[in-house]
Amino acid sequence: MTVSAVKARNVLSGWAMVPRLRPTAAWALAPAAAVLFAFWLLPLAHLVLLGGQSRDGSDSGYWQGLSSAQYLGSLAQTCLLALATTLAALLVGGFSGFFLSRQRFFGRSVLVALLTFPLAFPGVVVGFLVILLAGRRGLFATLGLALVGERWIFAYSLMGLCIGYLYFSIPRVILTVMAACESLDRSLEEAARSLGANHWRVLCDVIVPGLAPALVSCGAICFATSMGAFGTAFTLGTRLNVTPVAIYNVFTNYANFAVAAALSVVLGLVTWAVLLLARRLAKDSRTVL
Amino acid sequence: MRRSTLFVGQLAFTLLVCAFMLVPVVMSLLAGLTRNYFQGLSSGLTFDWLVQVWQAYSPTVWLSLQLAVACALCVCVVGVPAAYALVRMNNRFSRAFEELMVLPVAMPGLASALALLLTYGQFGGFRSSWLFILVGHVLFTLPFLVRPVMAVMQRQHLPVLEEAAASLGAGPIRRFFSVVVPNCRAGILAGVLMVVTLSLGEFNLTWMLHTPMTKTLPVGLADSYASARLEVASAYTLIFLLMIVPLLVALQAISARLSRGANR
Amino acid sequence: MSGTTIRLKGCRKAFSDGTVAVHDLDLTIEAGETLAILGPSGCGKTTTLRLIAGLERPDVGQVFFGDSDVTRLPIERRDVGMVFQNYALFPNLDVAGNIVYGLKVRGVSPAERTKRCSELLELVGLQDHGKRSIHELSGGQRQRVALARALAPRPRVLLLDEPLAALDAQLRERLRSELAQLLRGLGITAVFVTHDQGEAMALGDSILVMEHGRVAQLASPRDIYQQPANAFVARFVGNLNAFSVIEHTPHGLKVSGGELPWNGADLPATVYCRPEHLRVMDSEGHLHGRLVGQFFQGAQSRLLVDVGAAQPLLVDSTDSAIHAPGSLIALAVEPQVLFTLSS
Repeated sequence: MTVSAVKARNVLSGWAMVPRLRPTAAWALAPAAAVLFAFWLLPLAHLVLLGGQSRDGSDSGYWQGLSSAQYLGSLAQTCLLALATTLAALLVGGFSGFFLSRQRFFGRSVLVALLTFPLAFPGVVVGFLVILLAGRRGLFATLGLALVGERWIFAYSLMGLCIGYLYFSIPRVILTVMAACESLDRSLEEAARSLGANHWRVLCDVIVPGLAPALVSCGAICFATSMGAFGTAFTLGTRLNVTPVAIYNVFTNYANFAVAAALSVVLGLVTWAVLLLARRLAKDSRTVL
Repeated sequence: MRRSTLFVGQLAFTLLVCAFMLVPVVMSLLAGLTRNYFQGLSSGLTFDWLVQVWQAYSPTVWLSLQLAVACALCVCVVGVPAAYALVRMNNRFSRAFEELMVLPVAMPGLASALALLLTYGQFGGFRSSWLFILVGHVLFTLPFLVRPVMAVMQRQHLPVLEEAAASLGAGPIRRFFSVVVPNCRAGILAGVLMVVTLSLGEFNLTWMLHTPMTKTLPVGLADSYASARLEVASAYTLIFLLMIVPLLVALQAISARLSRGANR
Repeated sequence: MSGTTIRLKGCRKAFSDGTVAVHDLDLTIEAGETLAILGPSGCGKTTTLRLIAGLERPDVGQVFFGDSDVTRLPIERRDVGMVFQNYALFPNLDVAGNIVYGLKVRGVSPAERTKRCSELLELVGLQDHGKRSIHELSGGQRQRVALARALAPRPRVLLLDEPLAALDAQLRERLRSELAQLLRGLGITAVFVTHDQGEAMALGDSILVMEHGRVAQLASPRDIYQQPANAFVARFVGNLNAFSVIEHTPHGLKVSGGELPWNGADLPATVYCRPEHLRVMDSEGHLHGRLVGQFFQGAQSRLLVDVGAAQPLLVDSTDSAIHAPGSLIALAVEPQVLFTLSS
């Protein structure tokens, strides 16, 4: 258990021991509860029911969605893509984040600021940036033309999508790892050193296990955002076979609400399951944002 | 001071990551200011594209700003009391509620948008107004205000301050406004900045919820990426970045202050 | 400012995890009296204060202020003034803003507020500090502002939760006597919680010693020290020497190291005395032992004398003579300072 978790638990038990001015507090929750119920729970329930409906006597949305090789394939592809992005982001972001949290050097805070900006970029903008990087007239195309006489274009493929997802996953991992490093107990590392462990052993035996809960929950949220990121895929081209695009096409091109609803519900369930699993693994009581 | 080769390696790697993040942004900035991108910088710099974008798309900028401000207001009114209640109750129910509140962020935006659209889409007046988008934004941004405000409220001195106010005769509502809110200003400010930033850039929900009459900035961006020439799209992106980067800088300054406060 | 009698009738408070903080407490605090609640941490003293304040509601029992039952009133309607352990000054308000907060809540006019504020600033000796921010104040100044803030609305009862605990030792001594003077002068009913017996003795008209959520003893400071009701109280309010009686003789009690004078009618198995009541003699004494330790403490020194019992005797001597380690020490004791305890 991390130090911060222990602290949090102490705080919690302190709260339980001394009940403070409490009874009126529940009223303050009413507006939020009303908004969430009316605009989230109710529509969601409607969506779940709608997925079970069928149009002109055909099968229900769920059956149509889950029995079609095309939709299942896109779902599998989406999951794999999200997984690959998450692992890559954890590796790259974890490395940089650890470095940035442990070293002090000139320009560090600027570097941190620059690295974390893209977190707030919307998916469409990220898509556009990927096009500038790897599109028909992009940097890599120019580079490839100059080097081997052949344009390197991969923006409009799954590779481009993966790069786009990395764009907002890496900053998230860096931020999380930096925060988690702050709360790591440095004396554990010093103890390992004193017992003769080298850098590499300390990293494997002390630091990675210490960061593991943060990495797991952050990885889960990276996975979740990659599953649902529609904007990037939309900019890179609606021919990409990933579930959000599939939902969008079913909804706008075929007006098949049942299948769109069913696919949304399935996509949501997969995402939610991953988040729950991560929380179980990380033994954390809340989802990170 | 001499640094080890390990340090140099790590720094180089991190700089490479940074380059990956920044090079396309810089390219976009240049493209928006270059007379002809395909000829390169030698064609000269110009503000023509920015002017052109402003003429064509300025309504989207105003609508996005209006949405962001309205969203921040709504989220404050709903979220600050909610954060207070969640911190105060701190039981199984409140933790479940918090989880529920985070779900719209964790769930694919497309699914939420679809749910809203299929449930409330038949109310024509509501559907075609900007308020429909506002609802989506409030759902999506609510936890981004509630979480930092809760973090500030969980500091140990706040309950005692509130007891002190009560001992001086202040009732619950007075305590909330005269003690709780003023002492959570930094958390609320951080939350509001985050909400404004996210609302300005929200696309996944907005794309489904918008109508031709209610186009926000990111929707306009998507339009321009699909149809306009690269310079125009870049200039448009430049305008968006100009709006959002100051917010991000302010946000980082406040978060730094908050984390210092937490350690004190 | 006139005081109000506070009465607790059969108050019991248990927490959600099942621990009982206060067991069926009956307590009367006379109008104008200062009561010190003393005890180790976890003895229920803070809970008792919070029951009086209205920050906790008793599971059973009632709380009366004068003749009115305030059990169901929340703190904001009990008209109490409270000084919190870390003062809980509002960091978003300046000193004056803190002091007039309670007056504002009660709808007192601005002119009246300003007048009262300067009165109180003068009372606590902070005349020029009204516009200061809370962050600029020292610990002692914060304590005074907290006191002024609690007194500003002229409360019926003043409650203080470890009011001096957050200060360093020297300042604590000084503020202790200031506070004692102030409380006497105001004539307000006051209750304060402390784990420091010196503070309790200096400030309290009476002291309530608590143990495991029950009353161990309620008496004047003098009686608490000289006639403790039981071993817990005796040990908590000072150091104690215990003598196991080996044999009763016609003139006294035979114990390890010698014979104690005793003129009581009863024949106890153990008798006790305070370290300062053992006097070091030149040659003859009631007890004899070897010096095993000597600690200089400024105004007095503490000697540890081994008389062959399980524990060495503690002797506080104002005489500054230095004894060689291992030297023979004779100790004398008056019969009236010896006391017995119910277990």
